[in-house]
Amino acid sequence: MDFQWTKKDLLDLYDLSRDEILHILNTAEEFKKVSQRNVKKVPALRGRTVVNLFVEPSTRTRVSFELAEQRLSADIINMNADVSSFRKGETLLDTLKNIQALQADIVVMRHQATGAPNFLARELNMGVVNAGDGAHSHPTQALLDIFTIREKKGRIEGLNVVIVGDILHSRVARSNVWGLLKLGANVTFAGPATLVPREFEKIGVRVCHNLKDALAEADVVNLLRIQLERQQRGYFPSLGEYSRFFGIHPETLRYIKRDALIMHPGPINRGVEIDSAVADGPQSVILEQVTNGLAVRMAVLFLVAGCLK
Amino acid sequence: MKKNNSWILKGGRIIDPANHIDRIGDLWIRDGRIVEPDSFDPALAETVNLHGLVVAPGLIDMHVHLRQPGNTDAETIRTGTMAAAAGGFTSIVAMPNTSPCADNAATIQYIKEFAAREGVVKVLPSGALSVGRKGEEMSPVGSLKAAGVVALTDDGSCIQNNELMRHVVEYAGNFGLPVLEHCEDKFLAGDGVMHEGYWSVLLGMKAMPAAAEEVIVARDIILSRLASWKIHIQHVSSAQSVKMIRAAQADGVRISAEATPHHIALTDVEIKKFDTNYKMNPPLRSEEDRMAVIEGLQDGTIAVIATDHAPHTQTAKLVEFDHAPFGIIGLETAVPVALTELYHKNYLSLSQVISKFTVGPASILGIDAGTLSVGAAADVTIIDPDCEYIVDVNDFYSKSRNTPFNGYAAKGRTMATFVDGVCIFSLLKESEPEDEESK
Repeated sequence: MDFQWTKKDLLDLYDLSRDEILHILNTAEEFKKVSQRNVKKVPALRGRTVVNLFVEPSTRTRVSFELAEQRLSADIINMNADVSSFRKGETLLDTLKNIQALQADIVVMRHQATGAPNFLARELNMGVVNAGDGAHSHPTQALLDIFTIREKKGRIEGLNVVIVGDILHSRVARSNVWGLLKLGANVTFAGPATLVPREFEKIGVRVCHNLKDALAEADVVNLLRIQLERQQRGYFPSLGEYSRFFGIHPETLRYIKRDALIMHPGPINRGVEIDSAVADGPQSVILEQVTNGLAVRMAVLFLVAGCLK
Repeated sequence: MKKNNSWILKGGRIIDPANHIDRIGDLWIRDGRIVEPDSFDPALAETVNLHGLVVAPGLIDMHVHLRQPGNTDAETIRTGTMAAAAGGFTSIVAMPNTSPCADNAATIQYIKEFAAREGVVKVLPSGALSVGRKGEEMSPVGSLKAAGVVALTDDGSCIQNNELMRHVVEYAGNFGLPVLEHCEDKFLAGDGVMHEGYWSVLLGMKAMPAAAEEVIVARDIILSRLASWKIHIQHVSSAQSVKMIRAAQADGVRISAEATPHHIALTDVEIKKFDTNYKMNPPLRSEEDRMAVIEGLQDGTIAVIATDHAPHTQTAKLVEFDHAPFGIIGLETAVPVALTELYHKNYLSLSQVISKFTVGPASILGIDAGTLSVGAAADVTIIDPDCEYIVDVNDFYSKSRNTPFNGYAAKGRTMATFVDGVCIFSLLKESEPEDEESK
């Protein structure tokens, strides 16, 4: 393959071209094969140091990145919001500049502040991999979602992908949308009007406030986690009412395509946005998403490391 | 040595909107006051040739944060007034959100004494509307007036209790003090850090809707009518606000408004850079809002351009967007940005731009400034409306550097500033007038 990856950071799919996205997916396919071997470790990042800085707590993404780094033979430092530098009032930038002075190569960061990785990427020579920032972006989640769709459906172009739930506060939706649009999918955002802004229509997304209409032609249904705090802020009356009008139940499956994929970035709220029978049913690819996440993150770290001095 | 305060400013284009003057001529200054031409022996004054330049009344900025007392890391009365001088401002209204808050006569006294000693332009203090700017009880309005404030404002905060607001406005009217209002409904604004709209939705940024401003503008129109007193809407940023103010003015309500250079020049598309020098409150809004603000300036709905000069240290600003404080500096970029965006893009005449910085604020504040009338204090600003240059923060006198206009290609620049006839800032070449004479 002739394509040459040139970015030291992965911040958002908004910044990536169609070819760059395809290159990551193709690279991830190779790493997925590695994960299926008996010996699952490769020396690609031997001698490289990766810092996992999870200012906002995370379990699944952190574990997935950490395992990806181990499988690539990187040296790893783990930090979280409780680290003493933050407690002592050091700024994020100063903390990272100190780590950079120790010749660390890549920082994988999750942060509750939108744009925090973009800010750091501008100020640091290290590679910055965004593991989720505020409601802005979660590029590796979107890449693993798209990887899973492509693996199952053989293509992205022309597929009807419906993302359901709290779009307003979702970095998963905001990253998926750029990747899916660039690869030619038809994207629908569905959910209550308070959580699904019409502004998305301006970038070519279909916005639908009625679930049945949204799902009619869906090839892929990606469900987002509903957080209880949204109800407390008055976005909808109760989780029960949300579930009744916007959750996916066994009855819902009767009016969607039989081969439609059911996806969820996790962690799932059983009985709220998705019933257990659906989450564990034959159309669900939720656990395969997790498996693919490892391959996608190995690919991203490998490509980014290749652009560092 | 006594500083020279007598001048003959020769051959400039004198623009004095308060007196409807726009002509080429000479301005004579004697002992710090504007006098009739040919009224004294020219040998007693210094003569400067200002051919090709504009001679305007000293500019007024009715919205400045000097940060002293309390936050002198970011700005002091000394550096803030030097920045004002370099920007062409001869009078500035100091906002009361200092630490301690300027809600008492002693703090006003401190600011006035310090400004008299260290300031290079005239500092007009404003006092808080409510104690501690907390919106809970009325500040000592009469004592503040006696201490010398020119206006009352809780700027940066907004009284949410409509009954308290009604009484403060009535009571301020009793003492003849205009009320300057930062319009923001706390609940609608929430923890937003940018304008709610297309870009906030795409970026996933916490956002505040324009409605947070508009709800309070509507409230203030209603209360201004009820209390029969003046309310001045600070930094108007939304199209609906402009529309409501226009209609209220037509209806005889005593409501006035100001716009900032950044709301005239920039929109929320900039936020995608995640640069905290674009973070301010009210936030940069949509192109539609920006154009409505310009239309408000054109038809006179908005009579004032004010900077909302808000210095913050690099340390405070070089952080995650959510965590950075609101505000940017503006004193040294207001004239170039206003001329570039309004005059050179044919939205306003030169005289109109100057009126927004002079007679506009002077008449709202009811202060004796902003004209070149004979007998007035010789506060004068010399402007080159066609000077093209690139804004460079390293040239600033302000102690802070938080501006989105670093690198801005400007057309129009302040060339010299006189306060009470004393030249306190000048980019004019010293030798130029003599060279002209000797030819």
